[in-house]
Amino acid sequence: MHDLVNDLRAALGTDRARAEPLELALYARDAGVARGRAAAVCWPSSTDDVAAAVRIARRHGRPFVARGSGTGLAGGATPVGDPVVIVTTHMNRVLEVDTANRVAWVEPGVLNLDLTRSVHHLGLHYAPDPSSQQACTVGGNVATNAGGPHCLASGVTSTHVLALDVVLADGSLARLGGLEPDQPGYDLRGCFVGSEGTMGIATRIAVRLSPDPPAVRTLLLGFDSVDDAAATVSGIIAAGIVPAALEMMDALITRAVEDFVGAGFPRDAAAVLLVELDGLPDGVDAQIGAVRAVASERSARTVRVAADEAERALLWKGRKSAFGAIARIAPDYYLHDAVVPRTRLVDVLEQVYAIAGEHRLTVMNVFHAGDGNLHPLIVFDAREPGIWDRVHAAGDEILRACVEAGGVLSGEHGIGLEKREAMPWIFSADDLDAQARLRDAFDPTGAANPQKVLPAGSRCGEATRVPEGAWI
Amino acid sequence: MDLTEPDVASIDVDVARLQDAVRDATRVVPEGARTQWEVGGAPRAGTLVRAPAGVVRYEPADLTVTVAAGTPFEHLAAVLREHGQECPLDPRDARATVGGLLSAGLSGHRRLRLGPLRNWVLEVRFVTAEGRLVKGGGPTVKNVSGYDLPRLLVGSLGTIGVLTQVTLRAEPLPAASQWATTARPPSDVRAELFRPSSILFDGRRTRVLLEGEPADVEAQLRAGALEPAEPPAWPPGANRGRISIAPDRVERLGARLTNAGARWLAEVGVGTVHVAGDTPETLTAAREAAAEHGGWLLREAGAPALDPFGVPLPNFGLQQRVKAAFDPHGKMNPGRIPAIDPDPAREIA
Ligand SMILES: Cc1cc2nc3c(=O)[nH]c(=O)nc-3n(C[C@H](O)[C@H](O)[C@H](O)COP(=O)(O)OP(=O)(O)OC[C@H]3O[C@@H](n4cnc5c(N)ncnc54)[C@H](O)[C@@H]3O)c2cc1C
Repeated sequence: MHDLVNDLRAALGTDRARAEPLELALYARDAGVARGRAAAVCWPSSTDDVAAAVRIARRHGRPFVARGSGTGLAGGATPVGDPVVIVTTHMNRVLEVDTANRVAWVEPGVLNLDLTRSVHHLGLHYAPDPSSQQACTVGGNVATNAGGPHCLASGVTSTHVLALDVVLADGSLARLGGLEPDQPGYDLRGCFVGSEGTMGIATRIAVRLSPDPPAVRTLLLGFDSVDDAAATVSGIIAAGIVPAALEMMDALITRAVEDFVGAGFPRDAAAVLLVELDGLPDGVDAQIGAVRAVASERSARTVRVAADEAERALLWKGRKSAFGAIARIAPDYYLHDAVVPRTRLVDVLEQVYAIAGEHRLTVMNVFHAGDGNLHPLIVFDAREPGIWDRVHAAGDEILRACVEAGGVLSGEHGIGLEKREAMPWIFSADDLDAQARLRDAFDPTGAANPQKVLPAGSRCGEATRVPEGAWI
Repeated sequence: MDLTEPDVASIDVDVARLQDAVRDATRVVPEGARTQWEVGGAPRAGTLVRAPAGVVRYEPADLTVTVAAGTPFEHLAAVLREHGQECPLDPRDARATVGGLLSAGLSGHRRLRLGPLRNWVLEVRFVTAEGRLVKGGGPTVKNVSGYDLPRLLVGSLGTIGVLTQVTLRAEPLPAASQWATTARPPSDVRAELFRPSSILFDGRRTRVLLEGEPADVEAQLRAGALEPAEPPAWPPGANRGRISIAPDRVERLGARLTNAGARWLAEVGVGTVHVAGDTPETLTAAREAAAEHGGWLLREAGAPALDPFGVPLPNFGLQQRVKAAFDPHGKMNPGRIPAIDPDPAREIA
């Protein structure tokens, strides 16, 4: 172990690698529940450093795990198999803002919100805005293909990533994609985005910058029933409107947020929707009219258009503080992530409440309703004996209900460790084998973030074994 | 065939037959409507296979549609139009099949606003070299469950597998749509417009497609001092190609193309330049001009002696590993991406 750390220090700098118990504990998990154990942690400051760290890990016969801020919720950055954890947070420079091409080149450790802030004065922004955007890195966003409220109309991370410099598992470098619109051959950039660190480590990222819209209006809609709110979501889409964002919060979370930030949400509503429309002023006005009409058909009792930027910012602050607000209600939460067809929102939500009820658990829902991306959030006190079993059982049933409704396992958090075993619920053995082939083509060594995404046994003929080092 | 009443059972039978055919063949040549048959290298002799056709599932309120890959784009468009929706794959020739369009992977002229073709694909099903039916992606509009096989398939020219079925995202049709033109330089025009669908430039005039709410379209016409116009024609000529280049280099490249005697039309802000000429030499000259500016030219039609891509495949080793992972013997559409075919010496007879 000492040799490993010494080699890393020799290559990256004496203060850039550690294996003390404190670090190993800090880096044993991400924001999800699975724990693992790292052999060493290092903080490279350049692409060359990353390549060196990968080679050193390999030379010592160890796998490696890329890590940004560790806000991932699926255990993607959780170290499995005694790996070297390679943390990108020191690689946090915006390298170049190319206004002619509306592109920014960034290092992977740049925080999502810092990127948008750095181009704000140019009337540009980076569109994907995960709720964790103050804390998560662009590299982590690329690896999880992160989404956010404003990805409804503008698309998730993959839509906004043009090129990537990556360090592959053998320590070699590759540029995937480019600023030119097409490349000959396969879309390797597209394959890498969302691969959760299992295909290599992104060290430079070219993202598309979007012009700020001339007009932005945000509506707050309050309803007496969750069904009416969910039906309004479908109604808006069916009316031919794809809002910039369309978020839903149920009664419990609305009240928690209101107590926490005082954003002016109706405390007695069964559900609220936050609808943001952007574009040119006339069109936005027309769409506001149309959304109002859909909402009143569904007997919305609050229909408020934010009067100014301050009110709009406050509404969003409320939405994005949901997780902070929960800490005031219960010490622990388990946040789920699944997608259902938008037309199934009403009945799936009913099932979510029923499942939680059967397990005597409290569930709250705050989610990206416009694209059917549910985030059922189970709140509990982990000190209660036996509670984890109930939480896990309820989570599994919720996920099953989503899949049965024609949904998928994850909309934005990824599979990581958390949902590997559920992959066969939606993919056949042949489907998983094909995914394994793609992964292995990028990383024939299997050293890049092993045992993530695909369950053991995904490769045809591969023996099924219990993974080591993962406590789930 | 009535596409709104698909016979899913018969599609399944067709897929099962396709699996058998692919498994038993030594060389598989997937065939759509042959509207982009000349894109990529020339196909080699082999077993011609076709995907079934028909709409499998359409949920207008979900803005998603699932079609068998052999469905002609014009049929898909007609079905969606009945519900005021579209899937903007924007082929030049609407007889193109959906599977063929995605396999060729060439985006349409509204890419500036609507993004590349690959962004519209949610789920793919394809038959592998071994005759297995594989699904990748998922039917919902948002999904990060597993690896992105849909993006691998888009643009793979049939060399990974034969697409049998795809789920696509749909969009509401814009309420208003207007082409317009001006003599002002395209970069000035672009700076004034918000989310134009397309800005085209041929070295003389700038042409703009505005889509959206009628009042917005009107306002943008005024803001850009644009005159309403007919849709532009693509550069004519038997020898055609498209250049991919960083968007900020398009205008400089255009001057070179004119000197080289090429007719061209550039997608401003995207970096695609459509080129045509009367002789193959024009494409050769256009390719050289593109290379000087850091771009490359894909041969789309004519000039059969010209290499289809004209540049080495980037990350060749990685590309080869991907190909070998799905098709180690190179039986899937050999010749279309010539460099990726396994060494002919090792090829099966
Ligand atoms: C309160 C809260 C709210 C959230 N809201 C959202 C949301 O709205 N939308 C959303 O999508 N997610 C959300 N998340 C999840 C999380 O923030 C995202 O997954 C984010 O993209 C992770 O970024 P990170 O820097 O923390 O990555 P990490 O957690 O450190 O890593 C995530 C994965 O990426 C890999 N990785 C990291 N960096 C690289 C790199 N440079 N190259 C290759 N692989 C790499 C890791 O190995 C791991 O598999 C939320 C999380 C929390 C705690």
